[in-house]
Amino acid sequence: MTAPVPTPPPSRFPAGRQAFPHRDLLGIGRLERHEILFLLAEAQQWVEFSRRASKHADLLAGLTVINAFFENSTRTLLSFEIAGKRLGADVVNMHAAQSSVKKGETLIDTAITLNAMRADAIVIRHASSGATQLIADKVDCPVLNAGDGQHEHPTQALLDALALREALGGVEDFTGLVVTICGDVLHSRVARSNLLCLQALGATVRLCAPPALMPAGVEAMGAQVFHDFDAALAGADVVMMLRLQQERMSGQFIPSPREYHHLYGLTKKRLAQAAPDALVMHPGPMNRGVEIDSEVADLIDRSIITRQVEMGVAIRMACLDVLTRQRRGVEGWA
Amino acid sequence: MKRTRPVTIIGGRLVLPGSVEAGAIRLAQGRIAALGDVTPEDGDEVVPAKGKLIAPGLIDYGVFAVDKPAFHFGGITRAALMPDQRPALDLPSRISYIAKSGKPEFWVHPLAAATRDLGGEQLAELALMREAGARGAATGRRWIADSGVMLRLLRYAAMLDMVVICHAEDGGLAGEAVATAGEMATRMGLAAAPAEAEALAIARDLQLAQLSGARLHFRQVTTRAGLALVRQAKADGLPVTAGVTPAHIHLSDLAIGDFRSFARLSPPLRSEDDRKAVLGAIADGTIDIIASGHDPRGPEDKRLPFADAAPGMAGAEVLLATTLGLVIDQVIDLPRAFALLAANPAKLLGVEAGVLREGAEADIALIDPERPWIVDARKMAATAGNTPFDGQPMQGRVEALWKGGVRI
Repeated sequence: MTAPVPTPPPSRFPAGRQAFPHRDLLGIGRLERHEILFLLAEAQQWVEFSRRASKHADLLAGLTVINAFFENSTRTLLSFEIAGKRLGADVVNMHAAQSSVKKGETLIDTAITLNAMRADAIVIRHASSGATQLIADKVDCPVLNAGDGQHEHPTQALLDALALREALGGVEDFTGLVVTICGDVLHSRVARSNLLCLQALGATVRLCAPPALMPAGVEAMGAQVFHDFDAALAGADVVMMLRLQQERMSGQFIPSPREYHHLYGLTKKRLAQAAPDALVMHPGPMNRGVEIDSEVADLIDRSIITRQVEMGVAIRMACLDVLTRQRRGVEGWA
Repeated sequence: MKRTRPVTIIGGRLVLPGSVEAGAIRLAQGRIAALGDVTPEDGDEVVPAKGKLIAPGLIDYGVFAVDKPAFHFGGITRAALMPDQRPALDLPSRISYIAKSGKPEFWVHPLAAATRDLGGEQLAELALMREAGARGAATGRRWIADSGVMLRLLRYAAMLDMVVICHAEDGGLAGEAVATAGEMATRMGLAAAPAEAEALAIARDLQLAQLSGARLHFRQVTTRAGLALVRQAKADGLPVTAGVTPAHIHLSDLAIGDFRSFARLSPPLRSEDDRKAVLGAIADGTIDIIASGHDPRGPEDKRLPFADAAPGMAGAEVLLATTLGLVIDQVIDLPRAFALLAANPAKLLGVEAGVLREGAEADIALIDPERPWIVDARKMAATAGNTPFDGQPMQGRVEALWKGGVRI
């Protein structure tokens, strides 16, 4: 006699197909709500894991992860490197500044080269929108977008969602939540990914920026548009501040940082207009005194900025794990 | 020049100005000897058309490369070459070299660079280039930002009776943009400029044209606002003409999804509303010319991230079929299609071609308007397959082509 098969608990994910049927992670725009929730659920274990003293798994042992960063980055590169290493992968970082890109090699040739080195996953950051997709089309392994131009930065949006979910006490999604994203929306891939991710999880998203830094058509994407920061803050549950991306600006978009701070800087006084216990987020790096005052950034009970960084590692571990499951022959993923 | 027997194409449908009539056509000594109720003479090569269209060879107004196989595939027998070459066509010697380059089986009519190196600052030697064979002066892919320079150019061109071919995009607004501002560009994270950049440029150039008396041709008008300005200028009696390419007729900015660099064009693809305005302008006569804007670009220019890729498409092969699509969709009739593709460009170039008329150059295309085919970017006649129509089904194809009475 065989034991009766136990009935599996009801799943939040659709039955009958893979929970995450994508080879690559190129943008939130391609994910379904349940796929986002799946990645967040997968990341949860790595949050606890990373808080242990000994944090080394061998899930990805023997696999090679290449971090190909064609644009300068400190925190994202570090976060991906740590995530790969904690999972036991061999992590190699490629900095564009020291690479053949400077010698005139095209992006495609670089991609083909990386592919020939039999990478098992490639993490890419590039200054051009769509560059990660171009590479993904040419290689045989999973590609993770670590930020492409002004297009998307999916792991940032996922880690923001994870940090927010934890700070809100483990809610399932963000139904009813009002999130205000303020800053250089035009040049921000973080804003785009977060808009898509937060909306997919049920939040209402307000975007706030001076007109010159607000891209066209965001209303059609479901966002509420504000130019007056005080109005955008009124009653908001979460305030996410963005940096002015001077390096992406061609021409002058604002008269001066001082004036920008006057209109759009998050001060303690301004924050008081948001919901009583509103949370403060920032994807970093922060320009203290420009878009956010130090006393707000360091508010112990309100600012979850360092929590965001912590969640980044967990999210990236989850993404590396999930995307390499097929290669590793994990049961049910082959 | 190769001497050939006279040719009589019998049993076809002649695409005449204003009507399509059953008949035959006889080509002798490089010219159309007779058409209509014609019977072959002794010694003629007789070609049965089997009811297919006998039409004038297409004249492609504004291409960026001389790419004979692609032009011949598309039924194109003449083209006006834009001065955006390396080096730019800003010297009489370069113009006369280009003017002879395609003969005899293909005629290239060079357009002179309006300013030296297309820099938009110093006038080029337009009179000398006209004598060397230039059929107009073009600002190239760029807008001349300095209104003072533009006025001096237009006055000078008016004196020489040369048409000025303008690129209608306000450079300050367009900046580094690679897409039209809107939801699509925002979703893709691409640098975008408002579509109004076109109307702004057209409005200024029309004012300056009025002041100078110059003839203006806007090579591509792609927005509702820009077309409205051209429509009004024509109603006011200004000597202005407008063109468009198949991309802006048939595609909207949805085609830039997936970052396909084949859809990276200049001006960028517009909204669906603007696309509908283009259709309306073709129907009501605001648009005079449909041209391919043929600009074959290999992988070194196109296999790049969208914003880093060069703009342009290989369009010569789909020019005819996409325009015949407008006939199928009942936007225009057949005679109007060939006015847009041949007669009007010929008029603007000032050449005796583009219509089926006794004594005209025997540039003839025999066309099966029904024949279906599929665009395949990997198997094109053009030197590169950068077409945004890749994979799309087309209807209508050239069966045979004669340039100056000689079969190609």
